[in-house]
Amino acid sequence: MASTETTTASGAEPADARTSDTAASDTATNGARTTGTRPADAELPGIEAGLDALETEQSGRPSLRQTLVGKVLPPVTAIVVVLVVWQGLITFKIVDDPTKLPSPSDVAQAFHTDWLKGDLLGYIWTSVSRGLLGFFFALLIGTPLGLLVARVRFVRAAIGPILSGLQSLPSVAWVPPAVIWLGLNNSMMYAVILLGAVPSIANGLVSGVDQVPPLFLRAGRTMGATGLRGTWHVTLPAALPGYVAGMKQGWAFAWRSLMAAEIIASFPDLGVGLGQLLENARTASDMAMVFEAILLILFVGIAIDLLIFSPLERWVLRSRGLLVKS
Amino acid sequence: MATTLAKAAEAVETAARLEHVSKSFAGPGGQQLVLDDISLDVAPGEFVTLLGASGCGKSTLLNLVAGLDRPTAGSITTDGRPALMFQEHALFPWLTAGKNIELALRLRGVPKNDRKDKAERLLELVRLKGAYGKRVHELSGGMRQRVALARALAQESNLLLMDEPFAALDAITRDVLHDELTRIWGETGVSVLFVTHNVREAVRLAQRVVLLSSRPGRVAREWTVDIPQPRRIEDAPVAELSLEITEVLRGEIRRHGQH
Ligand SMILES: Nc1ncnc2c1ncn2[C@@H]1O[C@H](COP(=O)(O)OP(=O)(O)O)[C@@H](O)[C@H]1O
Ligand SMILES: [Mg+2]
Repeated sequence: MASTETTTASGAEPADARTSDTAASDTATNGARTTGTRPADAELPGIEAGLDALETEQSGRPSLRQTLVGKVLPPVTAIVVVLVVWQGLITFKIVDDPTKLPSPSDVAQAFHTDWLKGDLLGYIWTSVSRGLLGFFFALLIGTPLGLLVARVRFVRAAIGPILSGLQSLPSVAWVPPAVIWLGLNNSMMYAVILLGAVPSIANGLVSGVDQVPPLFLRAGRTMGATGLRGTWHVTLPAALPGYVAGMKQGWAFAWRSLMAAEIIASFPDLGVGLGQLLENARTASDMAMVFEAILLILFVGIAIDLLIFSPLERWVLRSRGLLVKS
Repeated sequence: MATTLAKAAEAVETAARLEHVSKSFAGPGGQQLVLDDISLDVAPGEFVTLLGASGCGKSTLLNLVAGLDRPTAGSITTDGRPALMFQEHALFPWLTAGKNIELALRLRGVPKNDRKDKAERLLELVRLKGAYGKRVHELSGGMRQRVALARALAQESNLLLMDEPFAALDAITRDVLHDELTRIWGETGVSVLFVTHNVREAVRLAQRVVLLSSRPGRVAREWTVDIPQPRRIEDAPVAELSLEITEVLRGEIRRHGQH
């Protein structure tokens, strides 16, 4: 066993003239708490403030002009280029068959007619309300499921692999069994949305929890955040980026599943959503209407993402300093 | 009954008491003994630095004292749950600086209405008055460690454990934080067990320096530092004692190269 030896070093010799007074008043006690003031002490707040100012990251939000040039201009340019090429194909008679490729103005006319009939918003609303409500239920189911898989080892071993495998199963595959089990009605639509979105949401939460740095958990434990309090105050907020990424993907899957369900299981009593619109256009061989439906499906999916999920994700990442500036 | 009373009375006399503490981990070649028979007392209000080469088990020892892990043998008594500060700031990035501190207060049971006030006072203590609403990523390394210190102080433990908290900072910032820590220790009267591999830092801060040997970690030697505070890292007595300790530390490290 190593012997313990105690050596005492005394600060009898002052380092320089400034310390001589404090050294003189030094008692022999165990490193007494002298509250002596030296010029350096008075300078300290100033040095500190200087260091803070020098090292602090200047983070401001980009100006409106920067946003316009950087974020809005490129996609607008891309859309204009596509429209020009499209119109070019028609004008120069490269494609000369309106049943294959309608002109942009025909498609615009289709939009215009539906708008005048007052049907356009109805189509959109039927699908969007279904999609969002289904997604909301998917959240209610996917969140506790994800937590269970993340925290309970047995549950993870039992259904973890299935849950991640389900993500790669195209949700169209669920449409036939859903129709057989539930019939041609709205609950079948919701079932397909759930089966599409729940695995993504649950998996996002699981990977979010898995990626929580152990340091945060240890810091939480030393502060008394154990058990449920630890989950609520540390694990869940730390897992939020993964959870939001899962939600974003979940929405994409929910929207796709819903469109598949609407196209395959179109039934007049269900009300006309965007999927049914596409299916109706196909049976009527109305190519302008097919284009209208496809564009609507695309834009609504993008719009929901841009209006809800992207801002949510950016807010989560920005508040943590995780948003990579390009 | 009488023995428990005696124990309770004893507990008040020390901020932490380690008695014959050993720790081993399951390694590739069987059990690997990391800490061997460590006995150490930290008196209330005392500032002790634990000095040792990298990998000698300093963090392991602090984790044991913090209650994050259990010793293989021996016992550790602390007066309440100690606060722990890490080399990385370990602040929660989803909260502002002020809210980080408030979370510590909340977990300690401080009523909602008092939290903001207390958090602001703690920020003032570490001279970060305007930082309440700042996000962690907006702060410099030194500011983050000061917020982390404020959060640790918010726990109002009698014992503050610090695991190389300034090791990742540049020399100028570290110097400033040494001064701040000494001041705050003087103002709050908290006991500190400070881990470092930097000899000068150990001497600059401590009333007592405890040197750990490596593989397994044992208490090799102790020094009482009687140099009056405030000290500077470049003061002659600090340098002198550092030199002496460095010699012993080198001797300890050399022993490992011989076989
Ligand atoms: N959880 C663990 N499992 C196995 N070995 C560990 C564990 N934690 C630490 N060790 C070992 O214990 C030794 C001391 O580690 P540590 O306490 O981190 O050293 P220090 O903080 O002094 O640099 C190292 O050799 C390390 O490999
Ligand atoms: Mg360490």
